[in-house]
Amino acid sequence: MTESVAVIDYGMGNLHSVASALGKVCDHEIHVTSDPAVVAAADRVIFPGVGAIGDCMGEIRRLGFDALLREQVASGKPVLGICVGMQALLTHSQESGGTDCIDLFPGEVKFFGHDHKSPEGEPLKVPHMGWNQVDQVDHPLWADIPQNSRFYFVHSFYVEDTGSEVTGRCEYGVRFAAALGRNNLFAVQFHPEKSHTAGLQLLHNFVRWNGQR
Amino acid sequence: MGLAKRIIPCLDVDNGRVVKGVQFVDIRDAGDPVEIAKRYNEAGADEITFLDITASHEGRDTTVHTVERIASEVFIPLTVGGGIRTVDDIRKMLNAGADKVGINSAAVHNPDFVKAASDRFGAQCIVVAIDAKQVSAEGESRRWEIFTHGGRKPTGIDAVEWAQKMCANGAGEILLTSMDRDGTKNGFDLELTRAISDAVPIPVIASGGVGNLQHLADGVTEGRADAVLAASIFHFGEYTVGEAKEFMAERGIEVRR
Repeated sequence: MTESVAVIDYGMGNLHSVASALGKVCDHEIHVTSDPAVVAAADRVIFPGVGAIGDCMGEIRRLGFDALLREQVASGKPVLGICVGMQALLTHSQESGGTDCIDLFPGEVKFFGHDHKSPEGEPLKVPHMGWNQVDQVDHPLWADIPQNSRFYFVHSFYVEDTGSEVTGRCEYGVRFAAALGRNNLFAVQFHPEKSHTAGLQLLHNFVRWNGQR
Repeated sequence: MGLAKRIIPCLDVDNGRVVKGVQFVDIRDAGDPVEIAKRYNEAGADEITFLDITASHEGRDTTVHTVERIASEVFIPLTVGGGIRTVDDIRKMLNAGADKVGINSAAVHNPDFVKAASDRFGAQCIVVAIDAKQVSAEGESRRWEIFTHGGRKPTGIDAVEWAQKMCANGAGEILLTSMDRDGTKNGFDLELTRAISDAVPIPVIASGGVGNLQHLADGVTEGRADAVLAASIFHFGEYTVGEAKEFMAERGIEVRR
């Protein structure tokens, strides 16, 4: 039977790119869906997200996708969060006046700040937009991606680099978590679907991953 | 280690065809934006900007279709500008696969449009395109104003103040074109670029006037741009994106290779 990947659609942004990038790296059935039954039936789940976390969490809660996502993670199937989809997995975010999130990873999502600077005191633009290097921590999803490869980021809030679950680190004035992983759950701050060869390789690895470290 | 400065080729597209002739020696169809976008993607472009100059209403559907085709084959960020006037225009382009939209004259006519767009879709996908022209006389301290209609129509709006206002309204990035330099191949207006870049906390893309690789490097080092956009030097095969990156890297500029 053909394997399937569900890309959860909760109305926040365009999922076309994620779906076409998946189509490029596998023959799995790809469902961009807001139907919990389709998500539950899929072999793998992708949880994307763009825009403000307050709006995202509002929709996630309204549709009951926080509970759905917890169930999917508990079931042991591979789950990948992308960008705001990663931030939504943390405990809490400073964005949108302070937002409680899904709390699958402990930690706070913080703002880079209006007066963000490098350690040398050079002003840094926010959002952090463009191609930055990721210091990978050994994990099957980094297979065949050279260490310190660049991925495409666009975000103004970041996940702190704390805890043993950080699987990739990036620097932009501060050191932050570019990736998090625990068992069958993986999450990335960058956009693999927009990160050319390195990003497609990560998606290639995800759709073949058995969910184990 | 750090964030790379971006190199962005720009395609002018009219009714689904690239105009101002791209001249790749071995390309099958030099007018097909999808072919050209794929080529730039392979050459290491960091993003692609697609400027839609289609006048007709029917032609806009062709544009949506072209964006869909590019987005399903090119896995780097894609910005679509030109003719974006309503929230619905933005939704169409994002649904077609664009990552960002460029808003130009619609922002001048209605600055609140940028705010509405940013609130609805997020600042990360709202690029405000600014066409600026010097208005100060020789010898005066330099000052630039916003022009519309391809640089023909003055608005009386100060460029630096406008950039700050657009930023406050929720722009995620600024695409800054010097109308004095556009098409001249004399290099960016570096003073303008620096004035805008220093005035706003969001990334600035420098555009207008690139004639050689030194101009690209100057845009970053002297103009303090976060990204540099060029059309003809790449289209006509004078330089490749790879050569541009090598040149910049040799001058200590961080690039993605």
